[in-house]
Amino acid sequence: MTTENIHHVSASLGDHLPVLVVLVPFVAAPLLVFIGSRRLAWSIAFAASAISLVISFLLLMRVIGGEVISYHLGGWAPPLGIEYRVDAANAFVLLLVTAIAVVVLPFARESVRAEIPDRQNTLFYALFLLCLTGLLGVAVTGDAFNVFVFLEISSLATYVLIAQGSYRDKRALTASYDYLIMGTIGATFFVIGLGLLYMATGTLNMADIAERLVDQAGNRTVRAAFAFIVVGIGLKVAIYPLHLWLPNAYTFAPSAVTAFVAATSTKVAVYVLMRFMFSVFQPVFLFEVNTLEFIILPFALLAMFAASFIAVFQSDFKRMLAYSSIAQIGYMLLGIAFLTETGLTAAIVHLFNHGITKAALFMGVGIYALRLGGSFLDDIEGAGRRMPWTSAAVVIAGLSLIGVPGTAGFISKWVLVEAALEKGWWLIAILIVASSLLAVIYVWRVIEVLYLKAPKGDVIVKEAPLSMLLPLWVMALACVYFGLDTDLTISAARAAAEGLMAGTSGMR
Amino acid sequence: MLVTTAITVVRTRSLFAIVMLSGVFSLLSALLLVTLDAVDVAFTEAAVGAGISTVLLLGTLALTSRFERPVRRSPLPPLIVVLVTGAALIYGTMDMPNFGSPEAPAQTHVSPDYIQRSPHEIGVPNIVTGILASYRGYDTLGETAVVFTAGIGVLALIRLLRRRRDGEGNTKEGASLMRHHLILRVVTKLLVGLIMLFALYVQFHGDYSPGGGFQAGVIMAVAFILYGVVFSLDQVQMVLPPWLVHKLVALGVLIYAGTGIYSFFVGFNFLDYSALNPQHPEHGQHYGILLVELGVGITVTGVMVAIYYAFAARPPILSDEEW
Amino acid sequence: MLEEFTWPFIVGHLNYWLFIVLMMTGLYIVVAKGNLVKKIVGLNIFQTSVFMLYISMGKVTGGTAPIFPIDLNIDPDVVYSNPLPHVLILTAIVVGIATTSLGLALIVRIREEYDSIEEERILEIEQAIANAENQRHGQAMGGRAT
Repeated sequence: MTTENIHHVSASLGDHLPVLVVLVPFVAAPLLVFIGSRRLAWSIAFAASAISLVISFLLLMRVIGGEVISYHLGGWAPPLGIEYRVDAANAFVLLLVTAIAVVVLPFARESVRAEIPDRQNTLFYALFLLCLTGLLGVAVTGDAFNVFVFLEISSLATYVLIAQGSYRDKRALTASYDYLIMGTIGATFFVIGLGLLYMATGTLNMADIAERLVDQAGNRTVRAAFAFIVVGIGLKVAIYPLHLWLPNAYTFAPSAVTAFVAATSTKVAVYVLMRFMFSVFQPVFLFEVNTLEFIILPFALLAMFAASFIAVFQSDFKRMLAYSSIAQIGYMLLGIAFLTETGLTAAIVHLFNHGITKAALFMGVGIYALRLGGSFLDDIEGAGRRMPWTSAAVVIAGLSLIGVPGTAGFISKWVLVEAALEKGWWLIAILIVASSLLAVIYVWRVIEVLYLKAPKGDVIVKEAPLSMLLPLWVMALACVYFGLDTDLTISAARAAAEGLMAGTSGMR
Repeated sequence: MLVTTAITVVRTRSLFAIVMLSGVFSLLSALLLVTLDAVDVAFTEAAVGAGISTVLLLGTLALTSRFERPVRRSPLPPLIVVLVTGAALIYGTMDMPNFGSPEAPAQTHVSPDYIQRSPHEIGVPNIVTGILASYRGYDTLGETAVVFTAGIGVLALIRLLRRRRDGEGNTKEGASLMRHHLILRVVTKLLVGLIMLFALYVQFHGDYSPGGGFQAGVIMAVAFILYGVVFSLDQVQMVLPPWLVHKLVALGVLIYAGTGIYSFFVGFNFLDYSALNPQHPEHGQHYGILLVELGVGITVTGVMVAIYYAFAARPPILSDEEW
Repeated sequence: MLEEFTWPFIVGHLNYWLFIVLMMTGLYIVVAKGNLVKKIVGLNIFQTSVFMLYISMGKVTGGTAPIFPIDLNIDPDVVYSNPLPHVLILTAIVVGIATTSLGLALIVRIREEYDSIEEERILEIEQAIANAENQRHGQAMGGRAT
């Protein structure tokens, strides 16, 4: 296969969609800096994200039937060149990421104006676009080293975006520094893992690696590679014991950044984890090393309980949500650890549903921070009456976080329980439900404060501006919509899971 | 020697010494890299590790502090983490092919294709440049974007205070100690010219010998930084005003991406340089490589200079005597 | 397991182990030291050692640097070392310096806000802030989780 001739194919614009989805925000970022206009910055960022959203929708429609699109960058066939490879799994992730970007940006406009000095505008939106570019690039690529490069684009952009919170609280700086150190260690571990894989296979293309790993299951170099890649990506995912950077980063970042990053970046990292586990190392290898059941499963359960438990005791709504994110990642890992198609479907559906839920909640937090000056529980006392629209949307998203029937969160937990029962793991099914009870407690604490407490002081508080309410409600309604109509999510997730479970055969 | 250097870094308290040792570490590794046949990498490591990052670290020290305070917490947990990681790695080496073995998978699978095909497909003697800019040109575009991100990131973080300082009307800052040193100034002027010339050589000769856009960019930036150090920040900024630097930073990425986008319109895949000359793909490849390397060079120069401006414009905490 | 350690095996793997020792030294500095600048230096050492490990994978005994003669008259007998790791590491070095510069910029800002670049001191300050917050907003758990 290596001697396949170079084909410099003539192609129409439609064939370039896989690269265009990344390229549009990619080019928009330097363009924005080049033009240097503060007024145009937001519009360019929004336009670029919107175009990407359309493209990723088109891509998903194309691959949802199980087809795989391969795009050769530079016209060089893999494994010599870098390949973009779109299947249902990453098209779905692309859709999530671009959709969140498009919804968060309108919200960001007002929120950023309040939290960050105007002169930072151009750079802020350029960094936002770069972060988006990196995430999309990681999701769409079929080349292992390319993952690292784009991961670093998004990570570096995220570090700076988080540090922009320092205008409100200087702790954003140390949060960002901690994340930088942890993130770089993670990235370096990932690179070590890739190096070991390269030693064993001599290639960097994921499909090609997978092909050459088939008969090397007992190879200790490959096992070590697996460990390093899982830990490296695990740092980005914030798998339970590796989550230390997350609470501060989410708490002190500007609201718009938290809303975007929380909904996308860990999700993309989860996707990368799945991609490496299932498409590169393949289920056969995973069964052999038994890592999933014995290592990842306990950590997933630990995350679900420990992080939820900590969340219950937070007095800052934003920090509470950050801990809840760690817990929710536990659910996704649990789905992965089942090693079944249903389990993976659950993980992917939850990835999507939790993405929109958290985006809604963090936007709600952003609005409270803007109007009430903070997101501590005593700041938002009585906000249910003063800001009825915002609070109603927050409640809807909160219900989705618990997993109340009729919301998106219910669907993913339902599939997850289904997957557990399918394996006959009763205990785990019960644990999933039990941990949701913890979510009930912390969400209830918020609802109680919002509606049952009297507002503090008699300062008149205005409802949020429409430009913030609208995105919030779009996400809140999405939580309900995807809780009732599961056609798109479940079928896309199932197609994705099938593709992943099939290992390489599904990729070829 | 590398091990000794690294361990000394662990034990030393003086940050200044640590920074110097880290420079030494980089130089030593660059030497080692040369013996491992990686001349391009060695060049870059020397320029980056021993050059730019040492300068940046020193710049940071000037703005922060010189000594490390001893840590009171127990070194045991980190030690365990490190030992476990190391053990995992050693475990990983057990099935590794012997060092230098020509039968290793890495030597037999993809790499021979590069070596055999690049002479007639790319037509560039330096295989590393060929892979870097064409076969894996997309990675390099990503890398340029990383540099770009870091550049605007640093600006977003520490550019802001400058205005505040302007208000203080502090002119002493601009006056460097070396301003009155005639010989130094003349030599510097000469040297800056030479360095720039060398940068251009590295830039455009990268396809024949080690070097390329990144290294050239670093060297070019060094020329400006030297000028700034000997004369003054204000004077470099007259030659190369900050707004222009910002444009350059973005321009480089745009040139690179633009080269790729051009291939769309001729019906080729993104970054397929054959589009530049469809009749003679290998010429097209050559032009393409030159163009993208130029893009890399411009962005890297811009970013390095921008970072220098950002650091240099902040009031130092340590005065010169304290060094 | 022990019988694997034959003489050729040890010689063939010694350099990997050396790089691993270096990597771990770097990693130890990052994890154990409290000075923010020193952590960055540690990170650099860690990364540089990984880079050397990569490059050593590409070395072929008797090979030479992967640059053809300028006229492209290639002698088929010359063995070239594997160029691919070189390319990857060039990229990785650049990413490394990008990260370093961002980290240093952050340190400069931290120094300005906290007047310290020692982790312990910063933690104390943040603990104080968190305590003040808790007084104002009622009981809480957490603080800076490091």
